[in-house]
Amino acid sequence: MAPRFGALVFLLGFLIGGAVHAGDAAASRVPQPVVESARGGQCVEDTAFMRRNHMKLLKHQRDDTLRGGIRTGKYSLKTCIDCHASKTTDSVAASDTNFCQSCHNYAAVKIDCFECHTNKPQVKP
Amino acid sequence: MTPDPSSPSKDAGDTKSSRRGFMAVAAAGIAGILIAPGVRLIEIAQAAPATGTPSPGASSKVRWGMLIDSTKCASGCTDCVTACNTENGLSGGTKATDSQWIRKIEIKEVRTGKTQSLPMMCQHCAEPPCVDVCPTGASFKRADGIVLVDKHTCIGCRYCMMACPYKARSFVHEPQHNQKSDVPRGMGTVEACTMCVHKVDKGEMPACVSACASAGHEAILFGDLNNPQSDISKRIASYPSRQIRENLNLDTGVRYLGI
Repeated sequence: MAPRFGALVFLLGFLIGGAVHAGDAAASRVPQPVVESARGGQCVEDTAFMRRNHMKLLKHQRDDTLRGGIRTGKYSLKTCIDCHASKTTDSVAASDTNFCQSCHNYAAVKIDCFECHTNKPQVKP
Repeated sequence: MTPDPSSPSKDAGDTKSSRRGFMAVAAAGIAGILIAPGVRLIEIAQAAPATGTPSPGASSKVRWGMLIDSTKCASGCTDCVTACNTENGLSGGTKATDSQWIRKIEIKEVRTGKTQSLPMMCQHCAEPPCVDVCPTGASFKRADGIVLVDKHTCIGCRYCMMACPYKARSFVHEPQHNQKSDVPRGMGTVEACTMCVHKVDKGEMPACVSACASAGHEAILFGDLNNPQSDISKRIASYPSRQIRENLNLDTGVRYLGI
């Protein structure tokens, strides 16, 4: 019984190790989301944090803005769009390679923001 | 040498006067510290629409309102409606399925035949029926009295449209594209006059008010109903103004003169 269990552990370890090893070379075989470069310089938070938490930041601030009338917050959807709008389509969600759309397509998460909010930068008077 | 008898008393007098002077200065200083923040707060609250100072957030010290002088409102003029449509990205259509945040209406006294023209929009009630009936809490009143729809939580049930005595709200029937950055609008939600909340928060006037003034009518006055020194409060205090459907006791933020 014990040797068979040991073999199973070995086999599992081999499989996981193999998967991790394959992950290194994944860029060539697995499709990755296209991330278009932004127009501005530095994001309000670092990239890894924004990837995980942008939705929480936006959701928190939307209530402050709409219900509290506080329009000085740092995590405004408008400023996201101003910076990340594609240079070709002038939008963050018009085509599949645009900033918001490309990752959301990849992760199969539907964006509801742009049902109401515009996906284009604000027109400066 | 005998000491001058007056000198000690003179010294004492000096000390007294200098101490008094110090206390006066100290008192002035304390008074300055105490008054300065209060004065500044009042200045911001009162001067927000005039100076263009951005507000730090909606405050319950302020209650935004409008006073519409229907004697100055010109029949056939729709500048306020056009300005509203442009500012908020509305189509300007008047079909049953088009959003209308502000409409011009003509009223006629049956006996004398006298007609009057006035704009109708969300009256920004202090006791809004739309907020009472909303099942999700999407319809709400901001601390400064502006009644809004939170489209993040609106499910489009349209109870608020039925509850509103002023027919002020519209339902968005069609998918929207190219909305204004400051005015999100989406299919399946209810919307109405926001008193141009995005402009008010920046310390500017609502679009209809500016448009009416630039057309030379100046029929709409915008300001703080809570501040007795504001133009709108002074005019409400000195002229008889009306709320439409006063009998409902909704305490509207939009008041009318000359009806």
